[in-house]
Amino acid sequence: MTLFRSILAVTLFLTFFITLSPAFQSDELLLDDEEFGLEGGRPQSRPSPNIATTTTTPTRKRIPDSASDSKIQFTLEHAFGDSDFSEAGNFSARLKTWSHGAQTLTKLRFSRDAFTAVEKNKFQELLKGDDFYRIRLPSNVLSPPGREYIVSSVKARCLAGDGLEEHFVIHTEGVNILAVNYGAPGACPYPRQLKLPAKWSFKSHTLLKNTEQAPRTPIFTEEVLGGEGIEGELIKPPERSFWAKYWMYVIPLGLIVMNAVTQAMNMPEEQAGGQGGAPQQPGTAVQRGTNPGVRRR
Amino acid sequence: MAMAIRVFLSFLLFLSLTNLASSLYEDQVGLMDWHQQYIGKVKHAVFHTQKTGRKRVLVSTEENVVASLDLRHGEIFWRHVLGTNDVVDGIDIALGKYVITLSSGGSILRAWNLPDGQMVWESSLQGSKASKSILNIPKNLKSDKDDLILVFGKGCLHAISSIDGEVLWKKDFAGESIEVSHIIQSPEVIYVAGFVGSSKFYVYELDAKSGELLKNNHIALPFRTSGESLYVPDDKFLVLDDARSKIVTININNGDINYNQKQISDLVKDSSGQAVILPSRLPGLSALKINSQVLLIKVTNEGELAVVDKIDNTAAFSNALSISEDQHVFAFVQYEDNKIHLSIKDVNDWSRDLLKENLVIDHQRGNIEKIFINNYVRTDRSHGFRALMVMEDHSLLLVQQGEIVWSREDGLASVVDVTTSELPVEKEGVSVAKVEQNLFEWLKGHVLKLKGTLMIASPEDKIAIQKLRLGSSEKSKMTRDHNGFRKLLIVLTRAGKVFALHTGDGHIVWSITLNTLRKSEDCEHPVGLNIYQWQVPHHHALDENPSILVIGRCGPSLSAPTALSFLDAYTGKELNSLSLAHTVARVIPLPYTDSTEQRLHLIIDFNKHAHLYPRTPEASEILKHEFSNIYWYSVEADNGVIRGHALKSNCIHEVVDEYCFVFRDLWSIVFPSESEKIIATVTRKSNEVVHTQAKVMTDHDVMYKYISKNILFVANAAPKASGDIGTATPEEALLVIYIIDTVTGRILHRMTHQGCQGPVHAVFSENWVVYHYFNLRAHRHEMSVIEVYDQSRADNKDIWKFLLGKHNLTSPISSYYRPEISAKSQSYFFTHSVKAIEVTSTAKGITSKQLLIGTIGDQVLAVDKRFLDPRRTLNPSQAEKEEGIIPLTDSLPIISQSYITHSLKVEGLRGIVTVPAKLESTSLVFAYGVDLFFTQIAPSRTYDSLTEDFNYALLLLTIVALVAALFITYVLSERKDLQEKWR
Repeated sequence: MTLFRSILAVTLFLTFFITLSPAFQSDELLLDDEEFGLEGGRPQSRPSPNIATTTTTPTRKRIPDSASDSKIQFTLEHAFGDSDFSEAGNFSARLKTWSHGAQTLTKLRFSRDAFTAVEKNKFQELLKGDDFYRIRLPSNVLSPPGREYIVSSVKARCLAGDGLEEHFVIHTEGVNILAVNYGAPGACPYPRQLKLPAKWSFKSHTLLKNTEQAPRTPIFTEEVLGGEGIEGELIKPPERSFWAKYWMYVIPLGLIVMNAVTQAMNMPEEQAGGQGGAPQQPGTAVQRGTNPGVRRR
Repeated sequence: MAMAIRVFLSFLLFLSLTNLASSLYEDQVGLMDWHQQYIGKVKHAVFHTQKTGRKRVLVSTEENVVASLDLRHGEIFWRHVLGTNDVVDGIDIALGKYVITLSSGGSILRAWNLPDGQMVWESSLQGSKASKSILNIPKNLKSDKDDLILVFGKGCLHAISSIDGEVLWKKDFAGESIEVSHIIQSPEVIYVAGFVGSSKFYVYELDAKSGELLKNNHIALPFRTSGESLYVPDDKFLVLDDARSKIVTININNGDINYNQKQISDLVKDSSGQAVILPSRLPGLSALKINSQVLLIKVTNEGELAVVDKIDNTAAFSNALSISEDQHVFAFVQYEDNKIHLSIKDVNDWSRDLLKENLVIDHQRGNIEKIFINNYVRTDRSHGFRALMVMEDHSLLLVQQGEIVWSREDGLASVVDVTTSELPVEKEGVSVAKVEQNLFEWLKGHVLKLKGTLMIASPEDKIAIQKLRLGSSEKSKMTRDHNGFRKLLIVLTRAGKVFALHTGDGHIVWSITLNTLRKSEDCEHPVGLNIYQWQVPHHHALDENPSILVIGRCGPSLSAPTALSFLDAYTGKELNSLSLAHTVARVIPLPYTDSTEQRLHLIIDFNKHAHLYPRTPEASEILKHEFSNIYWYSVEADNGVIRGHALKSNCIHEVVDEYCFVFRDLWSIVFPSESEKIIATVTRKSNEVVHTQAKVMTDHDVMYKYISKNILFVANAAPKASGDIGTATPEEALLVIYIIDTVTGRILHRMTHQGCQGPVHAVFSENWVVYHYFNLRAHRHEMSVIEVYDQSRADNKDIWKFLLGKHNLTSPISSYYRPEISAKSQSYFFTHSVKAIEVTSTAKGITSKQLLIGTIGDQVLAVDKRFLDPRRTLNPSQAEKEEGIIPLTDSLPIISQSYITHSLKVEGLRGIVTVPAKLESTSLVFAYGVDLFFTQIAPSRTYDSLTEDFNYALLLLTIVALVAALFITYVLSERKDLQEKWR
């Protein structure tokens, strides 16, 4: 009896601890939600759990089966063009209740009913007319349909590829479904070609998406500024070479020097020519006097 | 620490360098910008004509402006724009030097100094329930006495000293359930009168010194009354009964109340219409309006009624004006076969007209709605009168001696929607004489400028230069210019008048009051809704005039009938007008035009039908072709639902209507009503041009922008936090941001800001959205940016793929792709709260963008988009710095040079419109509110043109000097060469 009681106490404590933790670590849920459930699309066959949860992230905490978890189901309905909606499949998910009262959906699984012969005909008509295939979901999973149905639609020709492949991204907020991004995974630009599906089974991908937190505005307090200052002192600009620092002075100086040198080279020559007279005259005459010599003739 | 300061200083220097582009020198003010001040439609006017000093009129308007206008020219001496919730209830003058205004439903009383408009005092009056507010200021008391101002508001009567605004006493009537309609003040006692219910008339007598209740008396009438009552001095009230068939005189003589009644049919033979008591205060007279006829009824001391006169076709009545001790006059306006007569008569001496004038008023101004009169002494010592008239188009006229002395286009204070139009192309064959004169002027101007540049200009020259710059005839020309700076701004005002303003100097090119938007019997409260470009002629058909579509509705409810008007954009003539059988919920300009370049518009009505305009077989054919490619969305903000729609088929009424379609809902997004409420939705501008699809990152990586026209930004707040800032705690507040594809209804991005709340102002451009909200945790406003990039095309980076043609860049983009996007986001603090937010737009989208933020101080601030870049980091690398990434800061800098309104204020700022010029670097900005402001801005400076004041003369002179120098040196060198040879 005491053993049983202590086990109970431990479980309670654990549940309490674990259910409390999301209050300060809300990211945990998002990781859990971003897994794809891949369905074979076989009718009436409930998918085994190990297929549905293809990836499990290592950071995910184990949540014990406690009273705060419950399984719920909601239906997917479809319509062909402007026809009325009829049932097309079933979503099942886990409803998790947190200690602070919030409820979230996780572990979404989907099973789709196969098209009946009538529905196949209808779908073929849609394909011919390039019309819309529409689906709808309840906006509240606890009290369907909630306020209103969530409707989404896609051109039927987009779905028909090799098989029928569809993609659901369900945006949730607690137990409410806001919107569903429904469509084919591939490209589907206008004008769309008429193509009948090779096989009439759906390959469905589902994804639950919750809101993400906006990045916080960076707040620079004075300490941070001070820290930045220290950092700035630490990372001093690398010592530049002499050339890099003073090239703007060196180049003009060099030019001036060169100019001066050439002038100095010319000056002695002319001075020498003027003073020295005869001996050097022929040299200069060779340099300068050839042309005039030619012209004078 | 010194290092930190140095870093900070260098950062400041950097900032100041980067923002030089948008700053302005003092002498450049008014070169490219103009600013016009308005006051709005006048509600009350009080004249102040002292013997000395300037004559002025004090007005309060429907835009909540209190202003003092010059009576001679109509200019504004001073003006105060009260807040949008601070509606002015009454205005008057006290002590001969204070202007007293009562506003905010009788709870704020302010005194302004008459000469300069400084606020002298302000009193906040408390009360328990909303009621009619009455301002009563005694007229005949001497100014040295401590005048009492009596204010009734919020169910209380307050007596306030006019010297310092102190509340002397207060009497609460909230418990008495009386609808106070009159306050009558005599030196010792104050009478407060009003109805309880609709048949009991109460009169309270209060002591003027202390507010003590002296007497309380009432009379129960044996029938119900219409509620409106009129006070006729002395001690009489006129009331109409419920059926408006009897006129009742209530007499309060020394505390006794008695009444007389008389059938209206006894007074006038034809009394079939509804009788209305006009609220004009005329001593001893009352005016009763039946149909278009006005009966003037004299009330004798015994309470007897006698019809003095009947006036036909009256438009407006003024209050009485006392010109001497016992002479009271009033004015009225009559319409008689397209003529307008202004008559001024003495209240007691009915036989003669003091003044009878014929007026000529432009019929575009509509009817006269209000008239205020004032007297002056003529040169021959007789009385002269001038009248201030408020017209149907909200303009204000001063009439004296039968002529309009001045007029103010105050309809422009309430701009509803704006569009632009190009000007006509310049005709060829300009006369030679004009060119020659222009050439001479041109040379003269440049010589003057040259003098200015060389600093040899005399002060007179400087003035001439400045005048030349400001009065450049180029900018107000009525033709298209090469740079696309000259355009027509076509604005629709609340009065239903359309104005075309020239962007050069802001003058009114044309204006038209639309008949479909005028008050008539079918349409009591017409409102202008939107204005669209209907037809923009192609470059090959420039001789055709563009046209404009104006959409209006009868009354504010969505179910009211609507009307379309088509206007010629050059002349303002109404080409066509249609009264629609259906309503207008939304207008969608389609991206298709017919062979005459008329744009196709879909009008969605209230009953879920879509109507195509223009209603031509050609348009119908075009639509049929694109039938399956038309999608749109609707936002039901109250319901929290967004729906997507597509066209389905023609309407089936009795006959098939080719231009009417039914549509179906494709998708819906239902926000949980307990946690979210839609507070803002923004889309991209349909005519925006994006130059590059890709953005090259610093690591030579390429990011592809997610550019879709069908994209919607939605901001939702928690219902608890959708009120004013301060009403919710940070824990309750929540702001959820969505980016939604409007064709498929897919949520592309979703993000929550905890502890934040609206109001949200946002702008969407290219692949980014910037929005402004309030962060309750940080107690500051914030601005966030989200940039959306397309991941599905992200692997098109390999050059070999391009060479081998294996990229998917040329493949068409469809909304039916599964979106693979990545969003980058960053938030920054921003000091101001914001009234409007816009982004610059240029012709090709190459120029970098600036955000234009209408601040709470009614100025427009230009903030470079680079400051709102999600890639800003604390220590950008060298490569990032070269790219122009600014080091991360927590708040956006506000640099005073980057106010594009410089020292001016656009009072009551409501919206900012940007239009691209033809020149790529420049964007035209028009900000409107009570004031109008226009300027050109170049976010990356005018890199593609010389500035307007570029000195061509100096350039010419330099070239001439260079050529001359070349010639001279050539000659010199030749000569020297020759000398060399002769040596």
